[in-house]
Amino acid sequence: MSSIKTFIADFGWPRIIIALFLLSLFVAAPIVGVDLGASIGDVLNRFGQNAIMVLALVPMVQSGCGLNFGLPIGILAGLLGSTITMQLGLTGLTGLLVAILITIVFGVIFGYLYGKLLNNVKGEEMTIAMYVGFSAVMLFSILWLVLPFNKADLVMGYAGEGLRRSIALEDYWGKLLNNFGQFSIGGTPIPTGLLLFVGLCVFFVYVFMRTRTGTAMTAVGSNPDFARASGVSVERMRTVSTVVSTVLGGIGILAYQQSFGWVQVYDAPLFMAFPAVSALLIGGASVTKASMVNVVLGTFLFQGILTMTPSVINNVLKNELSEVIRIIVTNGMIIYALTRKTKVAK
Amino acid sequence: MSTGTRLLSLRGISKEFYGNVVLEDISFDLDRGQIIGLVGENGAGKTTLMRILFGMPVIAETGGFNGTIELDGQPVAFKTPFDALDAGIGMVHQEFSLIPGFSTTENIALNRESLKTNFACDIFGKRMSVLDRVTMRERAVKAIHTLGVKLDPDMLVSEMPVGHKQFTEIAREIDRKNVKLLVLDEPTAVLTETEAEVLLSSMRALAAQGISIIFISHRLHEITKVADKIVVLRDGKIVKDVPVAGVSVQDIAAWMVGRDVKTKAAHLSVCKDSVYLNVEHLWVDMPGETVRDVSFQVMEGEIFGIGGLAGQGKLGIANGVMGLFPAGGQVTVGGQDVILNNPHAALNSDIAFVSEDRRGVGLLLDESLEWNIAFTAMQAKRQHLIPVLGGLFSVRDEKSMKALALEYIESLEIRCTGPRQRAKELSGGNQQKICLAKAFALKPKLLFVSEPTRGIDVGAKAIVLETLRAYNRDYGMTIVMISSELEELRSICHRVAIVDEGKIAGILPPTADVAQFGLLMSGLGAGKNGDAA
Ligand SMILES: Nc1ncnc2c1ncn2[C@@H]1O[C@H](COP(=O)(O)OP(=O)(O)OP(=O)(O)O)[C@@H](O)[C@H]1O
Ligand SMILES: [Mg+2]
Repeated sequence: MSSIKTFIADFGWPRIIIALFLLSLFVAAPIVGVDLGASIGDVLNRFGQNAIMVLALVPMVQSGCGLNFGLPIGILAGLLGSTITMQLGLTGLTGLLVAILITIVFGVIFGYLYGKLLNNVKGEEMTIAMYVGFSAVMLFSILWLVLPFNKADLVMGYAGEGLRRSIALEDYWGKLLNNFGQFSIGGTPIPTGLLLFVGLCVFFVYVFMRTRTGTAMTAVGSNPDFARASGVSVERMRTVSTVVSTVLGGIGILAYQQSFGWVQVYDAPLFMAFPAVSALLIGGASVTKASMVNVVLGTFLFQGILTMTPSVINNVLKNELSEVIRIIVTNGMIIYALTRKTKVAK
Repeated sequence: MSTGTRLLSLRGISKEFYGNVVLEDISFDLDRGQIIGLVGENGAGKTTLMRILFGMPVIAETGGFNGTIELDGQPVAFKTPFDALDAGIGMVHQEFSLIPGFSTTENIALNRESLKTNFACDIFGKRMSVLDRVTMRERAVKAIHTLGVKLDPDMLVSEMPVGHKQFTEIAREIDRKNVKLLVLDEPTAVLTETEAEVLLSSMRALAAQGISIIFISHRLHEITKVADKIVVLRDGKIVKDVPVAGVSVQDIAAWMVGRDVKTKAAHLSVCKDSVYLNVEHLWVDMPGETVRDVSFQVMEGEIFGIGGLAGQGKLGIANGVMGLFPAGGQVTVGGQDVILNNPHAALNSDIAFVSEDRRGVGLLLDESLEWNIAFTAMQAKRQHLIPVLGGLFSVRDEKSMKALALEYIESLEIRCTGPRQRAKELSGGNQQKICLAKAFALKPKLLFVSEPTRGIDVGAKAIVLETLRAYNRDYGMTIVMISSELEELRSICHRVAIVDEGKIAGILPPTADVAQFGLLMSGLGAGKNGDAA
């Protein structure tokens, strides 16, 4: 009895409720005539699409910069990576690798500047990050129009300049990771390559957080004065965490694009931060502590609900209630986490 | 004095934290106007018992407690500290709970501000009333006066020396109108002897007004001086509940520990002739502890003491050398210049520091003991790391971190459930030992220790002082010890410097008369007679 109690206390009520809700959706799916195999495949795919962006939040949470609502900045680096590579006409694996490389370069530059900025607004990081993210996306909306892109399938047809809203990746590296080693079990397609790529990134961050730098970062988040007295440069650690976060955000959007099949520019990056943040919080992270388990579990639960509610509920009710549920879950989770004073993460 | 009417009864109080029993069947009574001295080793459960009494949320969050509490003959069970406050219980916690950016007055009157009504109140209600600062200030001055101390009612908490913070906290509690019971959890730990004397006499005065007091302290002579009766906790059980008359400090110590405590005579090592630490014209801008112009020399292998009243700058010296606050001047260690304003450089010069601010600077409260003890060594000395991919980068060596933690848990007798326990779950005194372990783990050539025995029990104090002596003797570690307790400095140091108004007022041998130290502290010393030793 008491062991159940501690389990619940450790795991947290919100996560239990969400997990049960997801489970009931899986149970209900075949009953209302939804193809369970395909749904699970869908969930796996969306998990892979989004996990790295959730992962990108971890370093900054650990270093005490809070939830990175400025994730769009990393995403912009990723967009530069893919659009420039496409403009160069590189395709397939080469294309993807070059895109990753370019993303890393821009990610480091953007992350460094963004990190410097956040060091000047200690204590207000999350609010400022949100504004910075918004402004950067708006600035880039102009840049997408004026940068000298001119490849026919990238630019708007009638003007011959300015990027299109959505650019098809099909002829470049669309679904490259998804299709790598893909197989199916009982009608459920497993996006092997994508999951492997996510696994690789998770492993990278896991190891990184265990290095001397990663450890210092965690200590800075836990108690900056302690870290400083131990000879750690608080500002530097915070900047490093922001750089890693930004680069990962960029790589995250590359993984997302290849699976989704489209590169979306202009205001699309704006809508990426909130779902990532909610997923991390659903996974049990707090504003000051996040682990790999929080990332994997959270992304799975969150994307699971996002995928399953429309198909199940809409089949039953024939209306758009699912959208309402999605919004309530996303934003509700953020509010819940921000108002909670005790920490759950272990 | 006790008037004989019962105020508080505790009956069969028990408490466990996740299976770890910390209090077992605690029962005692307290009369009106009576002062109870509550003593026990670090981790005996004193603070936990007081948290239960005061309805602190951490108790309910960790599974509540068993037993009953009666106040004025009525059973009570406070759900929050506010209920306890309403019932007339005031508590001064072991750790400060003041608002740094507020003044003395504002902190004392917090949440009970005197208000002035204006026309807006008629329309929008009481929330629109403004603060009546004049009355608030009067109240603060009155509370400060009751305590018999000198505090500036307009000073900001962030700029105060610790002693003043402590008095501000106590003033806040006695400013309440209906206060019947005051719980003071180690209020004297941060005070110098003279300040503590002042507090003890104001406690007597409060008791004479009929206020009951539960007083926790590890300075046992204070207990025998001020308490009416003594309750001794050992391992969560009451082992003694006796009137204070005729009880000696040795008796209490023996009851606490369960065996006789030997107070060994100091056996000092001989220090070398060469100067190891040379400080010239050091100034440090540390709020509340400004150092103006300090010069002194410490010999290799010496234990050098720095004393003085709170706020005079003795704490600033170590903080400045370690680069934690803006500083200037010339500091050399072993002939090498120490770069000031750079903590990393200080650590690299083989200096370690045990901060007086253990929760603020000393600990990672949310991390494990392993992390707390090994972190500084990992960052400054690159220890406890395993190289990966031929040294391309390195990751934490959790095994060696654990071994290190276990080593110190054993040698310093740290009471915990294991090296994975989080620092914030330890009792105050055990947290202090973690801070020491962290510094020892660096194996420094020069160690600054600020208030090393603050809040630790008699047995542990002996261990800590003995450990410092052993490191000094066996590894030739040079130690600069800063303490508010003159007796402690005199028992361990080769020489003791007294700091007054940000300057060294004089340096005396430990054998010098207490009165001479007293003169230096009060600023009436013979002036700067330098190396009298
Ligand atoms: N929140 C908590 N979670 C788990 N254990 C706790 C918690 N708080 C206290 N403890 C444990 O309860 C025991 C008693 O602690 P307590 O703080 O009451 O000691 P104390 O007598 O006040 O000691 P000190 O003189 O060092 O202040 C300790 O072993 C401590 O580790
Ligand atoms: Mg205590």
